[in-house]
Amino acid sequence: MDKKDKSRDKGYNRRDFINNGVRLALGVSVVGTAAFTLKRSATGKDYVWQIDPLKCTQCGRCATDCVRAESAVKCVHAYDLCGYCDLCGGYFKPGAKLETGAENQLCPTAAIQRRFIEEPFFEYIIDEELCIGCAKCVKGCAAFGNSSLHLQIRHDLCLNCNQCSIASVCPSDAISRVPVSDPYIIRGSFTSEEEG
Amino acid sequence: MIKRIPRVALVLVTLILLTGSFLHAQQRFPKPEFETGYMQPSPTTPEPRAMALEYFDVLVLLAVLSLASWLAIRKRSRRGLLWLSVFSLIYFGFYRDGCICSIGAIQNVALSIFDSGYAISITALLFFVLPLLFALFFGRVFCASACPLGAIQDLLVIQPISIPSWIRKTLGFIPVIYLAVSVLFAATGSDFLICRYDPFVGIFRMDGPFLMIFLGITFLFLGMFYARPYCRIFCPYGVLLGWMSKFSKWHMSITPSECIRCKLCEDSCPFDAIEVPVEQSYRAPEVARKNLRRFILYIALIPLLTIVGGWIGAKSHVFMSRVHPDVYLAELMISNPELREDEENLDIQAFLESGDTFEQLVEQAAVIREKFRKGSMAMGGFVGLVLGITLMNQVVFRRREDYEPHKGDCFSCGRCMDYCPVEHHKSTVES
Repeated sequence: MDKKDKSRDKGYNRRDFINNGVRLALGVSVVGTAAFTLKRSATGKDYVWQIDPLKCTQCGRCATDCVRAESAVKCVHAYDLCGYCDLCGGYFKPGAKLETGAENQLCPTAAIQRRFIEEPFFEYIIDEELCIGCAKCVKGCAAFGNSSLHLQIRHDLCLNCNQCSIASVCPSDAISRVPVSDPYIIRGSFTSEEEG
Repeated sequence: MIKRIPRVALVLVTLILLTGSFLHAQQRFPKPEFETGYMQPSPTTPEPRAMALEYFDVLVLLAVLSLASWLAIRKRSRRGLLWLSVFSLIYFGFYRDGCICSIGAIQNVALSIFDSGYAISITALLFFVLPLLFALFFGRVFCASACPLGAIQDLLVIQPISIPSWIRKTLGFIPVIYLAVSVLFAATGSDFLICRYDPFVGIFRMDGPFLMIFLGITFLFLGMFYARPYCRIFCPYGVLLGWMSKFSKWHMSITPSECIRCKLCEDSCPFDAIEVPVEQSYRAPEVARKNLRRFILYIALIPLLTIVGGWIGAKSHVFMSRVHPDVYLAELMISNPELREDEENLDIQAFLESGDTFEQLVEQAAVIREKFRKGSMAMGGFVGLVLGITLMNQVVFRRREDYEPHKGDCFSCGRCMDYCPVEHHKSTVES
């Protein structure tokens, strides 16, 4: 009886020993993986998704591929670059009459407001409530104007998904992670942009 | 003066239309000088969520895990675990929109190990590590109370049916393959598979593509009968947690003191994770000999399965590598050269506009495919190895006289604790 108890104890201890050993090995591998990961990318920075307007080819997928029904991508207007043209390539359909009627507007949701400033200048303001991020105006502005209209991910809307679903379908790799301290890439004056 | 600028624009428009060139980024028109004192507005830049809040999320996770461990092991309260899981569902699910989660964090870790250019956020790393470390000591308390995906399914367990062990074990092997494939895709920078097919994130956000919402509702519906289907058939993080939990130091137990083998807990577990006492018959010489023979056979099979797995993996690498957009594009342009003229093909048009040469793309694709060759072989080998060890475990019988939770499969949800009469007796004595 005594002997049997002893052997049972011994068996129990062996199982315990194996368990402890494996636990130690697993613990070391988890902590080791974490340490290795940290060492590989020891930046301590946090990132958010953003569109590089210089890479963007205005394919239109930003409007359709965001996980949100309302895309977090909107058009922003870099007023510094705007020529305040009467005939705005981002506002009017090519060949359209220069009137604010919907049939003349490029924007499918009429999200661009055109406002007279002084002869011959007009101001264009994006109504973000209406903008769907389709980039039609961006394409027009890039083709005929100064590229002052361009797409940006709006961080009040963006959920900062682990993998941006627009980024994975972006044909020009324009969407990448940027440091959270500098979350927008708004185009500034043209000359400084060229140097940067 | 009045009409000059529009006219200039018109000329340019016609010119551009004629040449058909879409030039980028040109300051064609100078910035006007306003005479009426017009103030130029500046574009708004709403700030992202403050990073301090991300660290707060880690603190919440830590607190939830600690509390869940205490509830499962010391307090032994099913009700406590349930309410804690409701809290996690609301906080990590509906409030934090289901991102970041520990399951997806596998991919961030995998990518940062294999791509030095990728910087993992501390939050993602801690979300990956903390639940594993807790599982190593307290079992899968993460699944019980901290995981919003688990919580939403757990609340909808209505009429769970018991599934034959062989079906469960076969289905339970899918997560291993899912883990291997998603790590491969993440490590090669191709795709975050787990995030793409996260079934519940659409429900948490109450917004999302049709497929996402559809998958989520299907899983919830299925979960009424096959409890926690995502956890048991797909969750790749569950594989890692299961390994940790198997060797956990203090796992929750069904009974607070001595098991009286009353069988009351047998039906309490909707996940079939309760192990019944092992019959003594397996100790009979002929059974033992047969098991030993099978054990030796399965051990011999492990290296074979690993090699076969690696071979299958290596064979599949061409197919797998097509997930990477560069490889896909290169193949498409080689097989369908006429698509270069296709204005509708956005990917090809964007590539042609980018200025990279076709040779550069092919070279890039070859590099990625080589990565896939190595990666697929390793992943195939890994799946084979795990399959071998799983088979081997089928014939390892341990002496077990009491009803115990299967430490690898048990989610520590605590349902069985409520069924144990020993505990009820104890609590009546206390009150």
